[in-house]
Amino acid sequence: MTSALWAVEIPYWGQTLLRVLGGVVAVLLPAGTIVYVFLFKMMSFMQSRLGPMEAGPYGSLQLVAEVGKWLQKEDIAPERADRFIFRLAPIVVLASTFLLVAVVPFGPDAWFTNFETGIYYAMAVSSVSVLGILMAGWASANKYSLLGGLRAAGQLIAYELPMVLAVIGVVIQAESMNLQQIVVAQNAGSIFGWDGLGNPYLLTQFVGFLIFMIAVQAELTQAPFDMPIAESELVSGYMTEYSGFRFLMFFIGEFATAGVFALIASVLFLGGWGVPFAWFGWNGIDDVDNWMNVVGPLVMFGKMMLLVFLIMWVRFSYPRFREDQLQRFAWKFLIPVSLGNIVLTAVAKVVW
Amino acid sequence: MTMLSDRQQLSYIAAQAADARVNVELETEGMTLNIGPQHPATHGTLRIIARLDGEQVVWAEPACGYMHRGYEKLAEVRTYPQVTTLVNRIDWLGSFANEVPFILAAEQLMEIEAPARAQWIRTLLFELSRIANVSLFLGDLGVQMGAITPVFMAFRDREYVLNLIEAATGGRFHPNFDRIGGLKDDLPAGFVAETRQVMKKLRNFCDEIEDLLFGNEIFQSRTRGIGVIPRDVALDYGLSGANLRASGVDWDLRRDQRLPMAWDKVDWKVWTHTDGDSFARCWVRLQETREATKLVDQLLDGLPSGPVMAKVPRIIKVPAGEAWVSTENPLGEMGYYVVSKGDLGPFRVKIRSASFNNISIVPWVLRGVYVPDIITILASLYFILGDIDR
Repeated sequence: MTSALWAVEIPYWGQTLLRVLGGVVAVLLPAGTIVYVFLFKMMSFMQSRLGPMEAGPYGSLQLVAEVGKWLQKEDIAPERADRFIFRLAPIVVLASTFLLVAVVPFGPDAWFTNFETGIYYAMAVSSVSVLGILMAGWASANKYSLLGGLRAAGQLIAYELPMVLAVIGVVIQAESMNLQQIVVAQNAGSIFGWDGLGNPYLLTQFVGFLIFMIAVQAELTQAPFDMPIAESELVSGYMTEYSGFRFLMFFIGEFATAGVFALIASVLFLGGWGVPFAWFGWNGIDDVDNWMNVVGPLVMFGKMMLLVFLIMWVRFSYPRFREDQLQRFAWKFLIPVSLGNIVLTAVAKVVW
Repeated sequence: MTMLSDRQQLSYIAAQAADARVNVELETEGMTLNIGPQHPATHGTLRIIARLDGEQVVWAEPACGYMHRGYEKLAEVRTYPQVTTLVNRIDWLGSFANEVPFILAAEQLMEIEAPARAQWIRTLLFELSRIANVSLFLGDLGVQMGAITPVFMAFRDREYVLNLIEAATGGRFHPNFDRIGGLKDDLPAGFVAETRQVMKKLRNFCDEIEDLLFGNEIFQSRTRGIGVIPRDVALDYGLSGANLRASGVDWDLRRDQRLPMAWDKVDWKVWTHTDGDSFARCWVRLQETREATKLVDQLLDGLPSGPVMAKVPRIIKVPAGEAWVSTENPLGEMGYYVVSKGDLGPFRVKIRSASFNNISIVPWVLRGVYVPDIITILASLYFILGDIDR
């Protein structure tokens, strides 16, 4: 992404423009792929049907057709809605996704911002979407939306905590909150001297990984934690009154956030963009060849698809919890377990 | 009344008392939520008016009648053979089962009986429509709780049963196949072998659903101990079918009354459960679907030969009199009280449909539950809108 890749000097504004465009691509491309591969096709195969087959080869342009349909729909705001907030809400939700992707490193130089406190920032901005959801729920002037918004707020706050606590284990082990350094620490690391796999924190932080993925599932309001949307109870929850482009923004936001959270999970637990450095004899970030800036995003994309597959697999096969059961699960099970994980990690860190 | 001794009622009072302290300082307003008439969980146009305190239901009342089609009145201006076309549409998922009690009532008044083969085929189709009906319930159960995959499995396997019904009767949903004195036609060639195959598939489907849903911890935590209907209350409110059997009442009209049908000639079991909660209702229905597939297999084994139509006059005139026949339909007890004045059509028909009585318990059972539980309790009570409003 930087001048080193093309060996030409790009001015600062040019770099910024490239990064913004790259951010848009990094959010929308995975979102589209996830919708087609998992929502359209995998779900259909799990349910013994074919899914979309008409638009494009094997139905691959279905999403384009859907977007076209949504763009043509009327942008309706309910009469008693709080217009300004109603219109702002989907933008806030989508904005949180873009803010989140800003700290994800895609290669040794392919990053948008290289933050020292990257994961701290990521955890903070991921909860911005709660604001958007609450705004949508409140401003719709609809009882179902209101219930959905309230549920979403309660749920997302309850699951922020285990998520942050699960990340702390990784931070202790990597000794850094910088996502780039977490990647390097995993790929340059070794398991008791054997460096064939690097040291992906999936192995050492397995409990943390599980808690993180459960919290992600809840954060994305996917089944079994999809009470804020709950078609069979609340029609569509906070999205009930939205139509056309604004609904599309919620829809894209849902899957783009799934992709971005999977990216963050792959950085934290699967080694991110890197392959084990020992394969090519690299010792640190400075040795990494330039071509990793191209291969890195692809590696990362593969890991993201793997994690999104897990998320969607659970989503399509589980029934949903009830609100109080979900809260109980978060406060009485996930948080104590993640605290125990932190203690264990800290002790292990001191011992070795 | 029995209500105060109920566990739900007590837990609700306890919750109220605990909240009382908070409410003194933070006065909260209740909210009235209209679930329906247009709501994805109501399968049509049932409306539940619920008064909520937060997400807890203080008071709930079903408002039905949005789909009233006046079949009782319409039946008065139809001839007897024409009425089956109407009653097909009452419980639209198990249509054939609706025709049988009416035809039996007419036959009872005319004092004729269908030939043995017709009786067996009637029973066979009756059980097939039960399987078609309840298998969809099992899938729908998942979708009401947010699991979207089971419903597609249910649709997939119900399709095989519908194909069978279509092969035999020519109609997938509304067979209109039962005639006074027998059946319209005999079974088509190859039906028996095909049905055995399909019953195997349906048993697999039941296993699959049991694995996917009933064994799931989330499913169990959503249904166990939720919407408990004690035995006396169930009897008081006139529940029938699997809802009653799930409350521990061993009551099945297929076994408990003598009808000119083949149920007493095959070996099967009535499943009951003692818990009376949502899980029990779902579980009893699952077992009944399995039992029905076994029943169909036995009916195929013992199918007698002979004609499928008794000798009946070309123009059917039913002698004056009154008859009440009820059968154990997929949803519960369904009966027809037919009053005849000796004309071509009935003078008055009273239809006792199962769902109408089954949802009468809704105000009682929904009190004190949470909004998500409204949906699971309604799903487990299993009503069909056409069966409520007729």
